[in-house]
Amino acid sequence: MNKFWFKPGLIVLFFVLILFSSLLVIGQQTADKDKMQIQVPPPPLNEDTFPCSMCHGDMETNPERRELVDFHENIVLKHDEENRWCMACHDDKNRDMLHSASGELIDFSESYKLCGQCHGPKLKDWEAGIHGRRTGQWNGEKKYLLCAHCHNPHSPKFPHLKPEPAPIKPGKKK
Amino acid sequence: MKFIRFLKESFQIVIKGSPRYYTWLAFLFILIVWGASGYIQQLKHGLLVTNMRDPVSWGFYIGNFTFLVGVAAAAILLVIPAYIYNWKPIKEVVLFGELLAICAMIMVILFVIVDIGNPTRLWHMMPFLGKLNIPQSLLAWDTVTLLGYFILNCFIVGYLLNSLFYKKEYNKKLLTPLILLSVPVAISIHTVTAFIYNGFAGRPYWNSALLAPKFLASAFCSGPAVLLILFQILKKTTNFEIKDEAIWKIAELMAYAMFINLFFFFAEVFKEIYSNTEHVVHLKYLFVGVGENKDIVFYGWASLIISIVAFLLFLIPKTRKNPITLNIGAVLIWFGVYIEKGIALLIPGFTPDTMGQVYIYRPSITEIKIATAIFAIGFLIFTVVTKIAIAINFEGFNIDTLKRKKATSA
Amino acid sequence: MSIQKTTFSPKKVDRRSFLKAAAATSSAAALAACGDKAAIEEFLQRDFRSLSKEKIAKIIERLEAEYAQKYGKAFTVSTKEPIPETFFGYALDLSRCIGCRKCVYACVDENNQSRDPQLHWIQVLEMEKEKGVDFIDANLYYDHEEVPHEGHFYVPIACQHCKNPPCVKSCPVGATWTDSDGIVVIDYNWCIGCRCCMAACPYGARHFNWGRPTLPAEDANPNTHYLGNRPRMKGVVEKCTWCIQRVREGRYPACVEACPVGARKFGNLLDKDSEIRYILENKRVLILREVLNTQPKFYYFYST
Repeated sequence: MNKFWFKPGLIVLFFVLILFSSLLVIGQQTADKDKMQIQVPPPPLNEDTFPCSMCHGDMETNPERRELVDFHENIVLKHDEENRWCMACHDDKNRDMLHSASGELIDFSESYKLCGQCHGPKLKDWEAGIHGRRTGQWNGEKKYLLCAHCHNPHSPKFPHLKPEPAPIKPGKKK
Repeated sequence: MKFIRFLKESFQIVIKGSPRYYTWLAFLFILIVWGASGYIQQLKHGLLVTNMRDPVSWGFYIGNFTFLVGVAAAAILLVIPAYIYNWKPIKEVVLFGELLAICAMIMVILFVIVDIGNPTRLWHMMPFLGKLNIPQSLLAWDTVTLLGYFILNCFIVGYLLNSLFYKKEYNKKLLTPLILLSVPVAISIHTVTAFIYNGFAGRPYWNSALLAPKFLASAFCSGPAVLLILFQILKKTTNFEIKDEAIWKIAELMAYAMFINLFFFFAEVFKEIYSNTEHVVHLKYLFVGVGENKDIVFYGWASLIISIVAFLLFLIPKTRKNPITLNIGAVLIWFGVYIEKGIALLIPGFTPDTMGQVYIYRPSITEIKIATAIFAIGFLIFTVVTKIAIAINFEGFNIDTLKRKKATSA
Repeated sequence: MSIQKTTFSPKKVDRRSFLKAAAATSSAAALAACGDKAAIEEFLQRDFRSLSKEKIAKIIERLEAEYAQKYGKAFTVSTKEPIPETFFGYALDLSRCIGCRKCVYACVDENNQSRDPQLHWIQVLEMEKEKGVDFIDANLYYDHEEVPHEGHFYVPIACQHCKNPPCVKSCPVGATWTDSDGIVVIDYNWCIGCRCCMAACPYGARHFNWGRPTLPAEDANPNTHYLGNRPRMKGVVEKCTWCIQRVREGRYPACVEACPVGARKFGNLLDKDSEIRYILENKRVLILREVLNTQPKFYYFYST
């Protein structure tokens, strides 16, 4: 029994194992930290239209500025529309991805990177937790929302709302 | 024991009287019952039966409270010359001033009770029983000073009447310091009451250093005005005696007080209007209205004009010494100060509210009912104690006459 | 019987408690006639801060039973104390608020305010952009088809949780105070209803239960805090507590979560990494009626 424990090979193996597992743990932790930083719910994509490649997979790209009919007729671009059209943000090669101005692909779940190119200060505020609706724990896990959860990316100006009823003036009955 | 005998004999005085006396008591009693029905409603439904709401959270009750604190404090106007300078003509009537102060204090306490949302919790603000937030809260200070003043005056008056009844010389070593003490306490009750308003930094209409001096000046008008009217009535209806000289002297003091009051008022108006900050809106609400809301403009001007007319009537010796113009002046001063404390002080302080919203406050029927009942209680107590005091002072009601009566009947 | 136990306990009969008992007995006797033991206990109850742990436990038990019976569901009445090393702050983005009043009603649902008479802790004021923050011309009762209304902006106001609160100073019986986490709270059972604090508050944040508050059983939120959203009685003052029942559990106030534009921010001022500290250090901040030196911990800011 004793001899078994003192075999040098086993000791080396033991240390190697420890080294490996600790590396794994550290790796896992850094991954967690990255995730913690900006943890967002899945993007608000519609099952009928996403993945885009369902339809656009083998479709010719039409870069023409036009009124959309047949499909996407609800999309009216009101977001710097003079300078941009679909492919300014959507990637024309990988239809299920977005792309930055420099052409790097961006997943829909990280769309804030795309928005942040123009809206730098907003992105900074959002990352700091200042811009956007706040839920979760003030002293723990904070829940973020993607820009597109609140703003329609094609027409991002916040829509007007019907206000809740005014308070009853004192002295007046309901 | 002796004091109990005094009370017993006094009770005999109270229950005997002319038909006119009984009618008066019955009238007050009806008013009390009528008002009590309002209070029962208020206990049941809460202060919802009043027209006070969040924007104007104090109203008719606290207005009356403030006015009556002034009346109570003003008794010292008569105490100072009477006791300190030993000025004979007034000394005779000081006792009645103090009786008025006691009755005013009872009304003051009742107005606080009806104003609070939880009257069963009143013990929370009783010294020793509850928990007074001293030195922070001015309302806590006010409770202490008001109770102190009330007890002090009750003792002084009770002791004096008791001594007179037994035909004893009162103990000067005991009484003089107490009377001297009552002077600063009287000033303090009205000052502290003013400081309650004054201390609200968020209510610019009240947040003026002149508020407490103005309170005192106006109290020195209204308190004696009430007394002057009461003296005239007592003189007509009972054996009460008062020298004209005393009345003229009181009226003269009132003229000075009214001058100071008006001067303070104009100083405040100047400051507000000339600096024309956003705070001027409250004064505007009182004298010209804010937007469509001109509800209290009438009262603002009425109080001012009435006070000026009364001041002139008291200033000119001829009108001061004429019983008709004197009484008109006293009634006008009473009205003027009552409107000033009840409406002109309170309502613009709350309107527009801190959020700039205008809520038009008018007392509800229930508030008027309850206030009437409280005044009726005050008058009832004043009638009763005055009857005893008159009997002792002017009708020879004392231990000797009682003994003699018993001897003759036996 | 229980009065005798609580006030004439043979262990401690000092003058103070004797006086208390003596004064209380007369009124208690009247109540006893009704045979309502709970009413007597409630009547004799002292202010929250001077109650022993055992007494508090008993009171909570009584209240939970009372509420469960009244609203037909299990209630919890927490007395959770402040979290150490916490000092709360709140920030509201005036450049975002659209005046939709969603916060007002989320607050009512969370905090069990009376539905009739209506009582709101949050007041949303509509102001003209041309005039800036100007209360005199503000409108609390705006009623548009859609908000934000052209040329207007909105200032929601509730308790500012001042560091130097004039309301606390004015209370004659010490029924309202600032807890160590900075929340200004009210003991609804000690408040006498004198409304001094309402006159003292420069922000119109305190509200009075003029009548008996009504709360439909189905709308009652059963997760409550003793100093917060437990059902109130008539004749007491109440106000925003930053959802004490939520924030002491680490959650955000209800209004923060309800705001559709994310204008409301909340956090720990002592935590230098908190959102609230980021705002104070990086944004233009406005304090209402700063000149009064009330030192609110409620900051209005402009994110853009």
